Amino acid sequence: MAYSDKVIEHYENPRNVGTFKSQSDVDASEVGTGLVGAPACGDVMRLEIRVKDGLIADARFKTFGCGSAIASSSLATEMIKGMTLDQAAQIKNTHIVQELNFPPVKIHCSVLAEDAIKAAIEDYKKKQAPRTAAGSAGAAAAKPQDA
Amino acid sequence: MVAEATHTPASPKSIAIAVPEGVKLPIFMDNHSTTAVDLRVVQAMLPFFTQHYGNAASRNHSFGWTAEAAVEHARAQVAALLGGDAKEIVWTSGATEANNLAIKGAASYLRRQGGHIITVETEHKAVLDTCKRLQREGFEVTYLTPAKDGLVTPEQVTAAMTDKTILVTIMLANNEIGVVQPIEAIGAAIKAKNPKTLFHTDAVQGFGKVPFDVEKARVDLASVTAHKLYGPKGIGALWVRRKPRVRIDPLIDGGGHERGMRSGTLPVPMIVGFGKAAELAREEMPAETVRLKALRDRLYRGLTSRLTEIYVNGSLEHRLPGNLNISFAFVEGESLLMALKDVAVSSGSACTSASLEPSYVLRALGVGDELAHTSIRFGIGRFNTEAEIDYVIELVVSAVVRLRQLSPLWEMHQDGIDLNSIQWTPH
Repeated sequence: MAYSDKVIEHYENPRNVGTFKSQSDVDASEVGTGLVGAPACGDVMRLEIRVKDGLIADARFKTFGCGSAIASSSLATEMIKGMTLDQAAQIKNTHIVQELNFPPVKIHCSVLAEDAIKAAIEDYKKKQAPRTAAGSAGAAAAKPQDA
Repeated sequence: MVAEATHTPASPKSIAIAVPEGVKLPIFMDNHSTTAVDLRVVQAMLPFFTQHYGNAASRNHSFGWTAEAAVEHARAQVAALLGGDAKEIVWTSGATEANNLAIKGAASYLRRQGGHIITVETEHKAVLDTCKRLQREGFEVTYLTPAKDGLVTPEQVTAAMTDKTILVTIMLANNEIGVVQPIEAIGAAIKAKNPKTLFHTDAVQGFGKVPFDVEKARVDLASVTAHKLYGPKGIGALWVRRKPRVRIDPLIDGGGHERGMRSGTLPVPMIVGFGKAAELAREEMPAETVRLKALRDRLYRGLTSRLTEIYVNGSLEHRLPGNLNISFAFVEGESLLMALKDVAVSSGSACTSASLEPSYVLRALGVGDELAHTSIRFGIGRFNTEAEIDYVIELVVSAVVRLRQLSPLWEMHQDGIDLNSIQWTPH
């Protein structure tokens, strides 16, 4: 199958590869992680977002999958940077399909990237939920224990 | 393993590997799919396009006689490579047709004697899909599961035989994993249990690559093709035993060519090419086997000495000399093919097919889907060189290291996380 130039470009120079976990300057409470797919299906994406002041300040990914899956997740990290969580949650797989010129057989790669974004946002919100609840109860903002 | 740059978003970019002198790109290392036609074969074919272009069935002029003589010479050349008689060769358009003719032809002819056929899960689709069609027509088919090394045992075959078994069809060598079946032991066991049960082998991948003799293997029908053997595409043959005479019904009726088993004007240039290719294989197989095996072992050692977590699929011992099928754990096969864009190899990854399911051959061996997705088949052939092997080793090692840096599974594995303990979300 012939790949589009954009897929090849992302595959050869993937953006934002890695993890925040080993970055000492990143507070774990700022990070949301989406891990989607399955090794038995031939693709697994892990997308991490770092949220500051309600905006996605940075993103990281690692992907086990074909070139199109790698390109989808690389592109996704670029797209979501600077977005609010709500904006990022609106990203549809069709945006990725268009941007990377996917043939029909590769559409599932873009779906996986959309799922990864949503899962990362959900994970981040879950982490924030106890603190938000504590805040609304009028308690003093506690330093996150998992820092 | 290369340490990761985790603090900066600097990415593991692909690195260009210098092409060594004498290596020309692209490199063809997919010789199980097809092969280049040997120039000596082309030379033998050429006169039969424009000079000796007669119809081999024309009995009343010299054009026909010349063509017929060439066809009969080729028949002898092909028969000699499998230890049969020239009269037992039936030309077909290729191995798919030969497999169809053998299986459907035998099933049709022997229908009244029983409706049971035995085959193996790792057979080529030309056999499996033919058997499936016969199942829809009322035949019963047993699909044997090979052991983890890809091999079936004679005991397995005979245990599946009943008094209704009319045909056993088992390939000589597998097209994906290159595993060579103990075809002589299987043939002997079948005939010991029931001499009337026909034994067919799809010999395509092993023909001219490993020793194969229809008498020693006690087969009744054998499918072969030219284009896996440095001959032209579009010509194959079914060897049909004459002593004792094996009868099959034809699939194609017409002028009664090929003793009524396959009508149609013979493609004389292709047949001449097939004959020459078989002759060359017969002469050169001993030396070529040694050379290909050395190249394959060089590739194997080059990869295993520099990469961990890689696994050969199927028996390394009982294998075609030019085959290496290897899983590179945590690196999806198609992404690896993409890094090897100037090298023609193939993958058992689902992403290379429309089905989204990984190789059924690897599945039958019990290779997990997660490893099947990471498999690459290297098919080394007559025209590959040591310099090409060395270059491919560099490319593969570099690409696997890079793609593992990109792989969350590799990171988890390095961190000691059991991937089976994770709740995955299959899609």
